[in-house]
Amino acid sequence: MKVKQISVFLENKSGRLAQVTKVLGQNGINIRALSIADTTDFGILRLIVNNPDAAYRVLKEAGFTVSTTEVIAVEVKDEPGGLSKVLEILREVNINIEYLYAFLQKATNAALVVFRVEQLDEAIEVLQKNNVSILQGDRVYAL
Amino acid sequence: MYWQKEYETMPREKLKELQLARLQQTVRRVYENVPFYRQKLRAAGIEPGDIKSLSDLNKLPFTTKQDLRDNYPFGLFAVPLDQVVRLHASSGTTGKPTVVGYTKNDITTWSDLMARALAMAGGTKKDVVQNAYGYGLFTGGLGIHYGAERMGATVVPVSGGNTPRQLMLMQDFGTTILTCTPSYALYLSEEMVSAGIDPRKLKLRVGIFGAEPWSERMREQLEAKLNLTALDIYGLSEVIGPGVAMECLEKKGMHIFEDHFIAEIIDPDTEEPLPYGKQGELVITSLTKEALPIIRYRTRDITVLNCSPCDCGRTFVRMQRVTGRTDDMLIIRGVNVFPSQIESVLLEFGDTEPHYLLVVDRKGALDDLEIWVELSDKFFSDKVRALEELEEKLRARILSVLGISARIKLVEPRTIPRSEGKAKRVVDKREI
Repeated sequence: MKVKQISVFLENKSGRLAQVTKVLGQNGINIRALSIADTTDFGILRLIVNNPDAAYRVLKEAGFTVSTTEVIAVEVKDEPGGLSKVLEILREVNINIEYLYAFLQKATNAALVVFRVEQLDEAIEVLQKNNVSILQGDRVYAL
Repeated sequence: MYWQKEYETMPREKLKELQLARLQQTVRRVYENVPFYRQKLRAAGIEPGDIKSLSDLNKLPFTTKQDLRDNYPFGLFAVPLDQVVRLHASSGTTGKPTVVGYTKNDITTWSDLMARALAMAGGTKKDVVQNAYGYGLFTGGLGIHYGAERMGATVVPVSGGNTPRQLMLMQDFGTTILTCTPSYALYLSEEMVSAGIDPRKLKLRVGIFGAEPWSERMREQLEAKLNLTALDIYGLSEVIGPGVAMECLEKKGMHIFEDHFIAEIIDPDTEEPLPYGKQGELVITSLTKEALPIIRYRTRDITVLNCSPCDCGRTFVRMQRVTGRTDDMLIIRGVNVFPSQIESVLLEFGDTEPHYLLVVDRKGALDDLEIWVELSDKFFSDKVRALEELEEKLRARILSVLGISARIKLVEPRTIPRSEGKAKRVVDKREI
């Protein structure tokens, strides 16, 4: 149920993002989804890739500060209010969302959204109970 | 003009006799009362009776800041604590500060020296002294304060910061003498312009600026912008605090109060004394201090001594502006900062690599410190908030250890240049 996300620490200076994508590309790793959180000094690049273990290794070897985090990939109905319904389910049980971002391409007829929450297992349980579809890691990497 | 004319204008031959008598007393006192000095003198094969002339001074061993740290807190005191009426301290490396103590007589001596400094700047009891040096463990605030009171001037103990209030008091109280760091004085002058205050309408006459290095260029700026005479003052807590030396109105160097201190210049590498006129490290021996007499203290400040007669009539030797340091100490907003202090904070945290770079700049008139710290894998988080919390924790810890606020900038590992041997820890972009 959980998806491995790769996070990379980036100083706010030109060329760093290009460097990350270059390393991934040279190693045949494809990016499925990404988001960047930034402050004035630094940014955190979060990636879903087709091969997270390899991505972690090659970025590490290239000298980046990398970590892996477990997130969930949730199918959200591609219609007005689709995301709202999912958020409401989590809100009711007081699950706090650290951040979320959407996939670059559509998985099915639904939009795919990555959620980072503190209470991961609880979130999976409550979403499933409410018939929200969560994608397995393997399916996500293979998209 | 003079506060203690007899001493300030004493013929040099007579002054030397006085110095020798006081040196002999001091050496005897530390030998008898401070085990640290007794051991050091014995190891050097010296008895107090061996000091027969001033030239015997260079037989005595040096004292360093590290010696004060090693004997924290009161190990170098020559009197029991019940005779100590005041303690001051400067920030240390591992959170332990360097402690100095004063007896009642020491406070009187210090007050007289500061009164001399004020008188040297043309101060009298009619003056209103706005003292914007920090009050507290730092010697600047209280040192000036006691001197100004001793002279009978009206002291405004406003301490540092709160610029709008400084400007208000300056106008309303009719401040005539301003005492603060030169960079803060420059900042005040800029704020004065923004506040629409015309310095020519103020009563400011003299500024006594010290606790950090400055230049003739800054003097010109300060005098023009504040419409006053800007004078340099020198001192360090290990010796007594402000009032070790003071510039007279001739503005040709700071007179060292030689009836209370012997000044030497040494080559910092060979540790051999250098003659007057040669640049080197200033070494000071206290002659009258009771609580914390200090023998041949290595100030690490680089200067030149000038013994030629001064038009002000004082016979005391003059030291030039301090032009540098023989160690890596930085003075930021008047606060002494050693890169090793930052290192110890980082090691204590353990969440960052102990690789860092201090970037010092002057933003407007004020010093700005940015500390680049390499983020370790261990602490890296995918959450921005966690990294910002780390920055904030570091900032708060550095503020409490150093007493100075800095901006923390997390950088990628292995991006701070490593160098062979001594690492480059400081980039100082200030043009003083």
